[in-house]
Amino acid sequence: MRSHLEEVSGFRKLTENSGKQTGNGFQSLETSFQLFEGMALRKVRSNIDRIFDKSLTDLIRGIRNNKDNESRYIAQCMEEIKQELRQDSIYVKANAIEKLAYLQMLGYDISWASFNVIEVMASTKYTEKRIGYLAAAQSFHDETDVLMLTTNLIRKDVNSANMYESGIALGGLSCFVTPDLARDLAADIVNLLACSRPYTRKRAVLLLYKVFLKYPDALRPTFPRLKEKLEDPDPGVQSSAVNVICELARKNPKNYLTLAPVFFKLMTTSSNNWMLIKIIKLFGALVPLEPRLGKKLLEPLTNLINSTSAMSLLYECINTVIAVLISISAGGDHTSSIQLCVQKLGVLIEDSDQNLKYLGLLAMGKILKTHPKAVQAHKDIVLRCLDDKDESIRLRSLDLLYGMVSKKNIVEIVKKLMEHVEAAEGSHYRDELLSRIIGICSWSNYQYITNFEWYISVLVELTKVEGTEHGAKIAEQIQDVTVRVESIRHFSVSQMALLVENAHVLLAGSAQQRSNMCEVLLAAAWICGEYSQHVRNQQNVLESMLKAKPSVMPGHILSVYVQNIGKLYCSLMSQAEEEDDWDQIDSLDNLMLSKLPQFELSEHLEAQERACNLMTIIRIIEQRHQEKEKMGGELQKLYDGELNPVATKAQRKVPVPDGLDLDAWIGDEWVSESEEAEEESDLEEMFGAPITRPKMDIGDMEEDVEEAAEDHKKGNKGKKGKKSGEMSKEEMEERRRQREQEIENNPYYVKGSATAPKRPTRFGNPIERTEAAEKEKEIQSPLEIPGVVGLHRYMEQQDSTLSWKKAKEDSDSIGKKKKKTLKKEKGGGKKKKRRTTSTSSEEEDRVVHKVNRNDGEMPEGAKSTDDEDEKFQNIPTDEFRALDMDLDAPLRPDEIVKAPQAYTRTYPSQQKPGPLVPRPPTTFEPRSVVEAPKPVKEKKKKTGKTGVAKLKKKKSLPESSASKSNLFNMDDWLEAGSNNGTVPSSESVPKSTLAVEKPAKKTKKSTRKVREAYEETSGVCTPSIPHQRSPIDTDVPTTSSEFTRLAANKTLSVDFVARPNQDPLDHGRVTVTLKVQKLGDAKIQKVELSMVDTLNAKVVKDSDEAILLAVELDATSSEASFDVQVTATNVSRMMRGTVTYFLVDDEGTRDDKLDLRLPLPSVVFVIPNSSIRKDDWSALLASDEVDFVASQSVKTSPDLKLRTVLSQISKKGHFSVVEETPKEAPKAASLFGRTVGGQPICLLVKKTTDGLQIDGKAGDETLIQSIIQDVSEICARV
Amino acid sequence: MIKAILVINNHGKPRLLKFYQHYSEEMQQQIVRETFQLVSKRDDNVCNFLEGGTLIDGNDYRLIYRHYATLYFIFCVDSSESELGILDLIQVFVETLDRCFENVCELDLIFHVDRVHHILGEIVMGGMVLETNMNEILQRIQEQDKIQKQEAGITAAPARAVSAVKNMNISQQLKDIKLPDLPSLSNLKNAF
Repeated sequence: MRSHLEEVSGFRKLTENSGKQTGNGFQSLETSFQLFEGMALRKVRSNIDRIFDKSLTDLIRGIRNNKDNESRYIAQCMEEIKQELRQDSIYVKANAIEKLAYLQMLGYDISWASFNVIEVMASTKYTEKRIGYLAAAQSFHDETDVLMLTTNLIRKDVNSANMYESGIALGGLSCFVTPDLARDLAADIVNLLACSRPYTRKRAVLLLYKVFLKYPDALRPTFPRLKEKLEDPDPGVQSSAVNVICELARKNPKNYLTLAPVFFKLMTTSSNNWMLIKIIKLFGALVPLEPRLGKKLLEPLTNLINSTSAMSLLYECINTVIAVLISISAGGDHTSSIQLCVQKLGVLIEDSDQNLKYLGLLAMGKILKTHPKAVQAHKDIVLRCLDDKDESIRLRSLDLLYGMVSKKNIVEIVKKLMEHVEAAEGSHYRDELLSRIIGICSWSNYQYITNFEWYISVLVELTKVEGTEHGAKIAEQIQDVTVRVESIRHFSVSQMALLVENAHVLLAGSAQQRSNMCEVLLAAAWICGEYSQHVRNQQNVLESMLKAKPSVMPGHILSVYVQNIGKLYCSLMSQAEEEDDWDQIDSLDNLMLSKLPQFELSEHLEAQERACNLMTIIRIIEQRHQEKEKMGGELQKLYDGELNPVATKAQRKVPVPDGLDLDAWIGDEWVSESEEAEEESDLEEMFGAPITRPKMDIGDMEEDVEEAAEDHKKGNKGKKGKKSGEMSKEEMEERRRQREQEIENNPYYVKGSATAPKRPTRFGNPIERTEAAEKEKEIQSPLEIPGVVGLHRYMEQQDSTLSWKKAKEDSDSIGKKKKKTLKKEKGGGKKKKRRTTSTSSEEEDRVVHKVNRNDGEMPEGAKSTDDEDEKFQNIPTDEFRALDMDLDAPLRPDEIVKAPQAYTRTYPSQQKPGPLVPRPPTTFEPRSVVEAPKPVKEKKKKTGKTGVAKLKKKKSLPESSASKSNLFNMDDWLEAGSNNGTVPSSESVPKSTLAVEKPAKKTKKSTRKVREAYEETSGVCTPSIPHQRSPIDTDVPTTSSEFTRLAANKTLSVDFVARPNQDPLDHGRVTVTLKVQKLGDAKIQKVELSMVDTLNAKVVKDSDEAILLAVELDATSSEASFDVQVTATNVSRMMRGTVTYFLVDDEGTRDDKLDLRLPLPSVVFVIPNSSIRKDDWSALLASDEVDFVASQSVKTSPDLKLRTVLSQISKKGHFSVVEETPKEAPKAASLFGRTVGGQPICLLVKKTTDGLQIDGKAGDETLIQSIIQDVSEICARV
Repeated sequence: MIKAILVINNHGKPRLLKFYQHYSEEMQQQIVRETFQLVSKRDDNVCNFLEGGTLIDGNDYRLIYRHYATLYFIFCVDSSESELGILDLIQVFVETLDRCFENVCELDLIFHVDRVHHILGEIVMGGMVLETNMNEILQRIQEQDKIQKQEAGITAAPARAVSAVKNMNISQQLKDIKLPDLPSLSNLKNAF
């Protein structure tokens, strides 16, 4: 069967690819049948929709069968696809696009088909649409220009009644959303947050994050809605909201600090591990900003650590506890928490699962920074991990070594690491090891190192490592140690001299391979030159330096060579002069004059320049020498003075003196600059600092070196004058004598070629070496330099020189002068006598070096700040910086996500919003709210309530809009006992469950309230605006007729009009406009309004001050408006307030007040003019979008016309009539309305014998109940 | 955030690429190659986290992968994701595939890459984890399959007939060349 299939496909290729033979199991027997079939197919093809086009499966099979000429085959397929895309049939196109999406994965650009992708996206079939969206998600991006055509398509799709259609649209959009799409679709996506299907809500929430990234302006107005979703009944939606907020907060944590209580509550109540992990990670980002939060978190986190069985959760908890501990490391004793963490991590590290081991080490590294002692308990495990077979784990345990190292075990640990260096495969790991060895040893200025000779040996040993990139680092270390530790110089110089003499070994091999290690020569040459007094055989060193080949040696090293040749020459020449050995002087001069010119030919400019310089100097000296004039003293001035280590940050820290403008030109622009440069280079020459090391990888290094030169300069200028003449003959003689003695007595000094027998340099390769570890003593790698005390040899010597030292000690005691200089050896020797085995503790104090462990020299006036580098971190990238905004500050009026202005033509039919598309109103229609309550003076009760409100406000933190109060609340929350696990609910939106529990009671209550209000205002209310759908209607100015009397006494009246905020993103906001009118003739001044915020409704304002309605009321009325923020729009509300004012009349000035109750029924939030077609209405009723029902019957007079009722409902309730039956004298009518949140509401009003029956359906139970209540009130009042 | 999800076979051939930030096709292939270089040289018994790799920008990201039979499932994530969480997510993804394809093997992924994309779309959206509950995911997929079947109803009948001929017994054949089962389905440390 299978072979048959292959033949079919082979045949298909034959027919399609114009007879190309692939011979894929092609059997002649069946050919004729195939041919016939092929002809038949071609005929049918055009008729039935080209169903014989290659399907995706055919394409994939074809590619697999054409492995040899895949690209050619695909090119043919591409052509076919292009053909197919020209067809009209969407089915064919979808098939083609599906194939393209596959080819995209193979690396083929399919952007040319973008438009076709959109065509397929627009298909009415779900399956095809899905293909389109998949291709779009794979290939579209910000620069895809056809994307701007998709706005309306995507809007339609995300709002689709089919949840999967909306799902794929949301999913696709998340992959290719552009700033334009984000701006235009933000409102639609936010509307979907209120969708009744969790599946859609979940996706909408996640998509919001992408929208914010592309369109940051949407963040502030939308954020409250997003926050609501943290309490969504569906755990998936909740988790998505947490996910999005965590992503946002990670980049700008400080803006989200006020959400801590909400998250805290979620953390203590939720059992969804995914969400918990996210929340705990978020807390990890927040605690550095608020240490008190950390304290509060410790306990619940500890509980989680102890209780959870999920490793992922456990690990994240530990991580956050560590973050907490770091943030509060200053105060308090948290050893138990640390212990717990370390203990749990120990368990992880010892687990057989490599992943847990890895993560355990990773987290351990974080604890290490603040609590190194705690980690040391696990030293053994960590050291064991160094031997793990997994490289990642080894690398992680290397990180931890810093914490494990002590003076006592550093030798042991480094020895182990050195073994790893030898055995390591892969340059990455080897380099890492190398830098770690250096890092550990140089840790806080060589804190752990007691024996620097050992360290130098280690470094010299490291130079043998092949193909590492850390040559410069090693060189730098050697230099640094030699500069800092005066007593090591002798040993160091002896080693470096050997390196210089055997430079060819380091330079051997391919340039690539060795180029890095030859950096060490730079250090070697410099040390030999700078400390030439320690060089035993200066002549030899000088000669080997002069032998350097400019063609082989890198230029920057060459220039250091030249410089130090000068130093050595100076030293040698001075000695000869002192001894009046003119023959020696002559031969020296000749040597220089003959060898140096080759350096003048170097390609490296600096080396060349220095060589020329030195050459000239030597020529001058040579001339003088002809006249038997001694030049030593003069020449020495050039290389005088001592170098000190310079801090890495020194250059940056140089304070700018007052009055110095660094940007200003100094003198004439170009001339002066070049002069200065010249001058500088001259100075550099003179003082012989290693000025340029171009390959230095530390950024500051060059600066530092220059700085060193600078310092040097300063120092020398002072010294030079008095020092130059001072060096008398005696002194020189004394020095030399000392030096000779030192050399004589130093056990580490390898005495030239005599003690270091030349060995053959070529022996086995490194791998063999490791295998035959015992033979190591005899066998040397090709890199072994005779006489160089590598680490192994050093350690051997330590043991074998025991008797040596003893002997030396005896000789030491002879000369008192000697004794002084050799004190350290003596001490070492004594100890050694006693010891039986080489224990590290004894080694520790055997050699006591005087080490300059300063940070290095700093310019005067520089402050020591450690954190200065840190401020450069944590700066979010541009994308996220745009999202850095204060989310608690009240919204500005202009800050709304505008619903897109649809591109409208003037066809009236097209202006109708599509069915079921919650198109937010693009215009706003003012309207009045019908009811106005009577002023009730309930001061006592009110204040009581205020107290409660305040109390609750404190708890329900995220609601408060003013950031100030948030901060205050935050403090309260944080200060509160850490054991209060019950964090108050942030939202007091009556949950649907609540409403279900006691609906009767609730409705009754609200009924009474509202009814009261209606009765109170009877006769005062003015009819509101008409509700015909006409374009003129859309922007009716606020006229006096819209106002409703709110309260009045004999001096003044207050009317109001309330309008929902037209911003669909923030539909919980109502703008209330109050009109105050004077009734009597008394003068009224300073009319102020103070509203009492309730839990769910509060006045949006910047300060706590009352709202000033008017400074002085004149004859005309005075208007003022303010916004009220309501947490849930699905219930009716009432707000209390008081108008206070000064009444100035004949009796003088007195203050008076007027209490008022501001009603905010749920119908306020119904958008006027929501319209719907009849069939859509019935479709809506059938769908699950409106699945909550409520009904109520109202008694009315029997002769009441339904039309009258309907007009009232549409006026006051903003519902529009969909259908009336029968048309003439309607007995029943269906109405439709849509809330600002986009929720559709269906009403059915029926006339019964003694009144009206009102039924409603909506997607929210509370909403429909409250709407039915309000509508019944309206009907009852007709 | 998840920056990319790659499914690569033992020979470095991509079987599924999903990038949550834009890269050109050329760059994508380069990333595949580099990532394969990184994961393929690792033993199966080493840890599943990888640092290094230079192509996906920033140093804040890691590769978290699992190796099943012939396929590497590689997730490229930043530090906001929990390492073990992502490992579990990979497991969820693979188990879902296993249920949807009934004993999934590489051939399923080769021939139904679109379906794999749709399944992935139910688990991860725009780089963020959408759903981790496998039953929920499976239910959604089944419902979508139902829609697909309905739509395929009349219009696509001829096409189905043809594909039935073309694919005659193909699924059985695919199963016959069965690749080793998922190795570690049983011993997962699941967070859910």
